[in-house]
Amino acid sequence: MTFQAFSWSRWVGIMSKEFIQLKRDRLTFGMIIGIPVLQLILFGYAINADPKRLPTAVLAADSSQYSRTLLAAMQNSGYWRITQRVSSEAEAEELLAHGEAQFVVSIPENFGRKLVRGEKPVLLIEADASDPSATGNAIAALAQIASGALARELKGSLGDLAGAEPPFELRVHRRYNPEGVTAYNIVPGLLGTILTMTMILMTGLAMTRERERGTFENLLATPALPIEVMTGKIVPYILIGLIQVTLIFGFALTLFEVPMRGNAPLLYAVVLLFIAANLTLGITFSSIARNQLQAMQMTFFFFLPSILLSGFMFPFRGMPEWAQWLGSLLPLTHFLVLVRGIMLKGNGLDELWPQIWPIAVFMLVVISIGLGFYKRTLD
Amino acid sequence: MTDLAIDVHGLNKSFGDKHVVKDFALQVRRGEIYGFLGPNGSGKTTSIRMLCGLLRPDSGSGTCLGHDVIRQTGAIKREVGYMTQRFSLWEDLTIRENLEFVARMYGMKDRRAAVGHALAELGLAERRDQLAGTLSGGWKQRLALAACMLHRPRLLLLDEPTAGVDPQARRDFWEEIHALAATGISVLVATHYMDEAERCHRLAYIADGRLLAKGTPDEVLHLFHLSTWAVSGTPAQLSALAAKLKHVPEICHVTAFGNTLHVMGEEDAALERAIAPFRDEPGIDWRRADPTLEDVFLHLMQGAPDNLQ
Ligand SMILES: Nc1ncnc2c1ncn2[C@@H]1O[C@H](COP(=O)(O)OP(=O)(O)O)[C@@H](O)[C@H]1O
Ligand SMILES: [Mg+2]
Repeated sequence: MTFQAFSWSRWVGIMSKEFIQLKRDRLTFGMIIGIPVLQLILFGYAINADPKRLPTAVLAADSSQYSRTLLAAMQNSGYWRITQRVSSEAEAEELLAHGEAQFVVSIPENFGRKLVRGEKPVLLIEADASDPSATGNAIAALAQIASGALARELKGSLGDLAGAEPPFELRVHRRYNPEGVTAYNIVPGLLGTILTMTMILMTGLAMTRERERGTFENLLATPALPIEVMTGKIVPYILIGLIQVTLIFGFALTLFEVPMRGNAPLLYAVVLLFIAANLTLGITFSSIARNQLQAMQMTFFFFLPSILLSGFMFPFRGMPEWAQWLGSLLPLTHFLVLVRGIMLKGNGLDELWPQIWPIAVFMLVVISIGLGFYKRTLD
Repeated sequence: MTDLAIDVHGLNKSFGDKHVVKDFALQVRRGEIYGFLGPNGSGKTTSIRMLCGLLRPDSGSGTCLGHDVIRQTGAIKREVGYMTQRFSLWEDLTIRENLEFVARMYGMKDRRAAVGHALAELGLAERRDQLAGTLSGGWKQRLALAACMLHRPRLLLLDEPTAGVDPQARRDFWEEIHALAATGISVLVATHYMDEAERCHRLAYIADGRLLAKGTPDEVLHLFHLSTWAVSGTPAQLSALAAKLKHVPEICHVTAFGNTLHVMGEEDAALERAIAPFRDEPGIDWRRADPTLEDVFLHLMQGAPDNLQ
């Protein structure tokens, strides 16, 4: 092999060619803007939805006026619609399992009497939290509504009990989704999955397209180096990734009011790293794949575990150990923690470092595999 | 540096268990126009790709412009202009963008001037902002040629550069090639056209992956002691005659050329005896003729059937 130095001029040439081609490819361009907007709007409804009149079953062992007041207040708030009364725990369980009831409110025996005595009776709410966005708001509002209603009632007869503290103990059991993934998790998750999907797919197609159209032969006949071609082709997509991210953040902050507690430049730096990791994977896929279809299949093959094992779909800590181990190899897993950390907790670089280096290592490993597979000949 | 632009020996290439190029050896001198002929699927493209580092030979060795064809492909790529058989520039780039991209890939300093010059030279200047994909076949060909000559290579490898190009454009093209050769540039050109073969300094004929003949057009013409007769008559007479002659064992070939038939055999006396019964037909004129390159290639090809790609 004769030694040949990296040429910036060639690199710029490859980059600008890719830009021009991208500019002329309307469909791809539409996809790049369309996918995030569409997804956000779809998921946005889930985030924004403030579901009301949720079917609720009541298991009441107490029929005091306090119980009645409580149930009436819940009904009046609009969140709960008491659809049936059940007489046993088993019956309630079955309603939840079949999704006929979203909530079961259990009022214990002597609820009224204990309340008056100041014994803080337990009010148990079981929620089907498999779709946390459906139950989140109702649960959040519950304590307020219940104690407000009871306070008014108690003020009438026993004013001294109406303190700042609720006169009962509210116990919420989130069934099926103990971690109670909230709406805020969706924006980082969406950001990560959209980037994973589009970045890998776009670049995955970039090289295989050259091969399918026969232009690869021309490219190969020039002195362009594999590293110049691979990295030069990546740059335009980094820009596209940043556009997508800005779109998503814009929606997240304005429309869905996701808080932003951390440092915005830091967030963008993390996003850039994540984009770069996905792009190197995409370009590596496209050096391995023989045609665009194969590149597409590889993308989906990678995309599925990314969604399932990263903590986007299922709570990461709830997964078996082997799945956590696999998941920790994926950039998306770390990216989710990073974005949540910055946006919701206001984390800084110190706290984030343990999630940053795995992405960087992933990227280095992937690009060296890709360079190994890059075909220098037509063989 | 030697006088040879291409000097390779014993190149072999297989795809799977298909032995596509067998013991390929070729010497092309500086400033020489070397024609590369052979039926479809005979291994021309594969051989050319091995010469410019796009395919790695399974075995064999040699040099291209003094650089090793196996180890110094980078250096070869910088100095060789390769025109692919199929149009392989970027159809979604304009003519100018394509040329500029190619110029950049070769790290040309005077990029703008070179592109402008190439556009003017090839009469593409006013179409420079047209997408390459919207060009007609002939124009695509011209663009591809301009692109592969942009970096002023010392060796041109042209894979069927004039396929589907009109006669005027072909004539222009060959004039250009001869002008380039006069400046010392070497050219290896694959073609199917006999008139083009005649315009080459040297020829090689490949069939089924094996080089069957090499030499100047004149040497190739006299490779065999072919004796040829030209027969003229009305079209109906000629086609009836051709049908009959095909079954005569002494006759190797009967080829129709417009209003004449070429009848060819390997032994003059035997051929003369064999055609004797047909010579008295009224209205048909038999005359001795010189064999053409086409006659020779047809003869060479007899043992090597056309491999479809
Ligand atoms: N990449 C390849 N893989 C498998 N077979 C190939 C490949 N390229 C060429 N061939 C086969 O090699 C033979 C020679 O092809 P080629 O060199 O293109 O011939 P020519 O250019 O003379 O028409 C053909 O039979 C073709 O099918
Ligand atoms: Mg060919």
